[in-house]
Amino acid sequence: MPDLTPDIGAFVSIEKNELQCIFDALKKDGYTLAGPTVSNNASTPGEGAIVYDEIETVEDLPIGWTDVQGPGSYQLQRRNDNAYFGYVVGPQSWKKFLFPPQATLMTVRRENGSFVVESQAEDAPRYALIGVRGCELHALLIQDHVFLNGPYIDTHYKARREQTFVLAVNCTEPGGTCFCTSMGTGPKVGPGFDLALTELDDIFIVEIGSEVGRMVMRSVKWRPSGAFELQTKRTALAEATKSMGRTLETSDLPNLLYQNLDHPFWREVGERCLSCANCTMVCPTCFCSDILEVSELGGAASERVRVWDSCFSMNYSHVHGGNIRPRTKSRYRQWLTHKFASWIDQFGESGCVGCGRCITWCPVGIDVTESIDAIREEV
Amino acid sequence: MPRKIKPKEPAKPKLAVFKFASCDGCQLQLLDAEDALLAVANAVDIAYFVEARDRRLPGPYDVTLVEGSISTAAQIAEIKEIRRQSNYLIAIGACATAGGIQSLRNWRNVDDYINIVYANPSYIDTLATSTPISDHVKVDFELRGCPINKFQLLEVVIALLVGRQPRVPTYSVCMECKRRGTPCVMVTQGIPCLGPVTQAGCNAICPAYNRGCFGCYGPMEAPNTDALGEQLQALGASPDEIMRLFRNFSGYADAFRLASDAYEEMAL
Ligand code: SF4
Ligand code: SF4
Ligand code: SF4
Ligand code: SF4
Ligand code: SF4
Repeated sequence: MPDLTPDIGAFVSIEKNELQCIFDALKKDGYTLAGPTVSNNASTPGEGAIVYDEIETVEDLPIGWTDVQGPGSYQLQRRNDNAYFGYVVGPQSWKKFLFPPQATLMTVRRENGSFVVESQAEDAPRYALIGVRGCELHALLIQDHVFLNGPYIDTHYKARREQTFVLAVNCTEPGGTCFCTSMGTGPKVGPGFDLALTELDDIFIVEIGSEVGRMVMRSVKWRPSGAFELQTKRTALAEATKSMGRTLETSDLPNLLYQNLDHPFWREVGERCLSCANCTMVCPTCFCSDILEVSELGGAASERVRVWDSCFSMNYSHVHGGNIRPRTKSRYRQWLTHKFASWIDQFGESGCVGCGRCITWCPVGIDVTESIDAIREEV
Repeated sequence: MPRKIKPKEPAKPKLAVFKFASCDGCQLQLLDAEDALLAVANAVDIAYFVEARDRRLPGPYDVTLVEGSISTAAQIAEIKEIRRQSNYLIAIGACATAGGIQSLRNWRNVDDYINIVYANPSYIDTLATSTPISDHVKVDFELRGCPINKFQLLEVVIALLVGRQPRVPTYSVCMECKRRGTPCVMVTQGIPCLGPVTQAGCNAICPAYNRGCFGCYGPMEAPNTDALGEQLQALGASPDEIMRLFRNFSGYADAFRLASDAYEEMAL
């Protein structure tokens, strides 16, 4: 029924190959598709990872692939079916598109004895994010609060974010380091998407989340979902909720950490932690950055460049007179207490969505859920 | 660092490039800077740079780049004289900042090597060790890598000319690896990688080509070689392999030297 558009909040079913029609409609509307794909160096199973990149067709998706994750370990593997979204989150997150790892914010140029400032925000790309998981959508909303609320609005983030389309995906097979159930962010996607897919054996159920999403469905062959399909979806999500690789007890969390700033655990973890910053780079909510002046040799122009930084880098906590967190243990403590405690004071919500990336991509497998357990234990 | 380089007007700051025990790869990064090289040539007076031009002006120099390690007695005298002639002395590359790959001799008897390598060992006049420039004279700034990164080199030159802090980060290679979007080779494939203990600056080249970092930029600001070594062992690397990994292009730098010594002992 192509001339009818489903209502916001409706559930409709589409054949799996109709996903390409959604892609085509988005492209026709001027979106650049950004979605999961197998990284280039993964010529043989077991190498590389599922990363987020610009994609063109459904063929670019990691169809038939999955990931096996644990602390400090990630393996790409073939599935024995052709699921489109049969994997969870990888080393990259959507922040790379909205808050890029390196971005020129402005250019200053000498001109006629004075100078001109050019902002770089004007031609912000228009992304359709494909395959956003519950935890990830939550992380997007958290970064929205960081960059868009309060007296200082990040115009670069805003320009990209305002025109972002979100095609979300419900998780039916949580990964080995996932704990979104504990954080209340998944496996079912919450509000904030334009369309949300649930993958069943041979169809997708599509939930319509916005007017823009509704319009995209005009060019797609759909039918209202049947009661059995909806029941299958509910059962799959209920199962997923119970099969998280990790769990975290969050009760009394800010206080637990604040009251244990001298706990012996910090010293122990400080001996294991490499201060390498991988955890903060992969975390979808971490927003710290450094601003660099990149000047031309002759001094005719200078670019102001923003790059991802981290509370694990020394320079980050260097203030007038010295470093306020000179030891690894104090930098790890800063990271954990910010995510799970002071973020709540700062933004009114937890800074962790339970995606498990920091656990998987820590080269020595330090696990935030174990860290909090360890602090809880001796209380 | 920066006291701004102020040569006597109207002269441009004089730049010199000297080399000791090294392969020339780091100096060539300056020549490889192409477009920027012209701008450099405009901004400074290249007074001594054998690789680039015949003209050799005497000191003093405003900025001196020194490549290579100190491996003969004559070089010790020479670097001291260069120091006297230089307002600002920058050591460039793994050889100049850590002794280079040739510092492997520091763990052995150099005569054994000489006898194996040279047909006429009697022609060879060398010190028993290969050591970084900073072991002999005061160094104002060190630029790491084997070879150095040309953008970092330009950044240091620009910073000096403008009189500001050079933007040369001391955090881990992992930061650049993640910004670049490379899936970690250690986490995905168990390939030993020194990225977590190595200083950034190369833009994490090696993992992008699916191999582990071998630490050519030397130790990062807070290198936890113990914890990384334990993880490498857990991934199946033997103490001997770990010793060799640390004892490489920047192997004589303190943190890597101590780690390689510890693993050598363990391997025995
Ligand atoms: S944490 Fe939850 S929402 Fe995120 S990938 Fe895992 S199962 Fe999906
Ligand atoms: S702290 Fe770890 S688990 Fe929580 S959101 Fe960040 S990366 Fe994900
Ligand atoms: S917790 Fe892990 S990833 Fe984070 S800085 Fe420490 S070693 Fe690196
Ligand atoms: S591949 Fe090496 S440098 Fe890159 S994140 Fe992993 S450990 Fe760090
Ligand atoms: S990745 Fe490591 S070994 Fe390779 S160039 Fe960079 S610092 Fe050197």
